[in-house]
Amino acid sequence: MAEFRARRGSNDNRRARPAPRRRTGFDVRAMPGAGTLAVATFFLLYIPMATLVVFAFNSGQSLSVWEGFSFRWFVSAWHNAAIQEVALRSLLIAVVAATCATIVATMAALATTRTAPYPGLTFKYAFINQPLMVPEIVTAVALLIVFSRLKVWTGYSGLGYLILAHTAFCIPFAYLPIRARLESMDLTLERAAADLYAPPLAAFRRVTLPLLKPGILAGFMLAFVISLDDVVITEFVKSGGQDTLPTYLLGQLRRGVSPDINAVATMFLALSAVVVTIYFLINRRRV
Amino acid sequence: MAERTAVEARRITRIFGSGTAAVKALDDVSVEIRANEFFTLLGPSGCGKTTLLRMIAGFEFPDAGEILLDGADIAALPPYRRPVNTVFQNYALFPHLTVRQNIAFGLEMLGRARAKIDARVNEMLRLVRMEELGDRRCDQISGGQQQRVALARALAPEPRVLLLDEPLSALDYKLRKEMQVELKRMQHQTGITFVFVTHDQEEALTMSDRVAVMSRGKILQIGDAREIYEHPVNRFVADFIGESNFLSGTVAAVHDGRAEVRLDDGPVIMAEVPRGLTPTGRVSLVVRPEHGELAPPGGGGLAGTVETVIYSGTDTHHRVRLDGGGLFIVRSQNRRGVAGGRAEGERVAIRVPDGAAQILRD
Ligand SMILES: Nc1ncnc2c1ncn2[C@@H]1O[C@H](COP(=O)(O)OP(=O)(O)OP(=O)(O)O)[C@@H](O)[C@H]1O
Ligand SMILES: [Mg+2]
Repeated sequence: MAEFRARRGSNDNRRARPAPRRRTGFDVRAMPGAGTLAVATFFLLYIPMATLVVFAFNSGQSLSVWEGFSFRWFVSAWHNAAIQEVALRSLLIAVVAATCATIVATMAALATTRTAPYPGLTFKYAFINQPLMVPEIVTAVALLIVFSRLKVWTGYSGLGYLILAHTAFCIPFAYLPIRARLESMDLTLERAAADLYAPPLAAFRRVTLPLLKPGILAGFMLAFVISLDDVVITEFVKSGGQDTLPTYLLGQLRRGVSPDINAVATMFLALSAVVVTIYFLINRRRV
Repeated sequence: MAERTAVEARRITRIFGSGTAAVKALDDVSVEIRANEFFTLLGPSGCGKTTLLRMIAGFEFPDAGEILLDGADIAALPPYRRPVNTVFQNYALFPHLTVRQNIAFGLEMLGRARAKIDARVNEMLRLVRMEELGDRRCDQISGGQQQRVALARALAPEPRVLLLDEPLSALDYKLRKEMQVELKRMQHQTGITFVFVTHDQEEALTMSDRVAVMSRGKILQIGDAREIYEHPVNRFVADFIGESNFLSGTVAAVHDGRAEVRLDDGPVIMAEVPRGLTPTGRVSLVVRPEHGELAPPGGGGLAGTVETVIYSGTDTHHRVRLDGGGLFIVRSQNRRGVAGGRAEGERVAIRVPDGAAQILRD
């Protein structure tokens, strides 16, 4: 291992393990009340969620009085045709939109990192990441106006609009991890591939793409979760009968909270948790 | 050795940047590298070694001039069509592939048959003595082993020319010495032309058939180790390679390729003249430390006082302050039973034997 370390060249693509950070200077943890604040924030974040999850398993109707443990709300939600429909629609939109967004984001990342910096590059970054910065409601209203015109002109009012909108706002979420991965990648690897008789496309397929895979997967997961979760833009863009899970839940809530909504939300939470966990696992294990 | 030319650079110029920020990375460089030779580009950091190497590989293009491979201009060929392979300074092994897969990469890209590839990979693993580690991932082997894999990977497709950009600079001293010998062995065994880049003059002298000394985008001198060391053409080469004493004087007469020079410090010596130069007037000269001889004062030679004496096992260095103010280092070999050393502060005369001094071009 010792000689291993000695080998560290300027272009080394493997990252050094972070040295144990020595604590000097300002440490926020030493501030009075920092601990209390942290704990309070945690409670604020997780108590409501925990309540929601706990009462999803309540055997009674009540959302405040515990009457015993049961899966009945899960069973009833699972067999609820309306919920089935919106859940499937949500998944369909999320898979298609995340896939498209990841493809576009990969190309965008390749285009913006494989060049020397030039004036206007920062502008392009901002352009790609626009959905992160512009208030969602603005985008939603804009899309509503454009799409309602399109619906009239083309006569088409299918899921395409929702998928298109989701793809658009998912792009930056897919783009960021892919770009981060590309930036940490050693450029001489691609040069080495070319040196070893790989034409550009083969070099991309055999070297760049495999090394980029963790970034692409991470980007896809993030985009997937973001799409699955969207309310505002979906609410504005959807046509009649195109509810997704979140907009459906929102609609149901107007009529009062019932425990099967808790059950659906709990399943939803579990799915997101799984995806996010996979995302972190991928990001931790670096090639 | 056949004197066929493998690579030829003709009047290559490459300028980076423009206006006042322009850097001439290569300035009208011409060089012929012979087939099967171990050719070294030697020079300080930033002198253009990598730029020249990258031009041969096809990652960089000349602003003027041409590069010929086996007599044909290769300007139009992209890197993946040039029968030239590179050992990169940081090795650039593919981290997602095993040692074997790395070595097989070039062969696969060339579309060789699977059986042929496997046989060649085995042969390469044997050549670099890595048979046991073929299935390891490239981030699970040591620096020296990575170096060998990089070498095997570049040699596997049997390139016409192998380019090596400071391949040993990341290794520790002992491993570097070992790899120097290994590299030499592999070059002999494969018969492939090696173009080797280093800024280590000792490495260049010990390994190469011929060396090109570069400075600021120019090649100053090309020759074998002995030529470069014993007959440096100018002050830069003399200074960069080995230790040197510089003297100046006035040419009194020239005959038979030697010049009679009256040194500013007094004595008259016979100095070597570089080929094609007819020295007149003021000249500067170089004398290697091992060519000076210490003698008792008064018997002619350069008079001075011993400043420091450093004993280093095989030899002893005497730093002598000349009466004229200059410094002259004399290195003499230590022999058993012979007390060769002088004391610090002792008065001495340094004799410069005929032909020990070499006149420099500038
Ligand atoms: N892509 C580039 N853009 C601008 N300047 C460059 C570029 N590549 C090289 N140079 C400049 O050209 C000169 C020669 O560079 P080169 O890399 O060939 O030097 P070198 O001899 O390999 O040095 P080292 O021993 O440090 O590797 C340097 O002054 C360098 O700054
Ligand atoms: Mg270099």
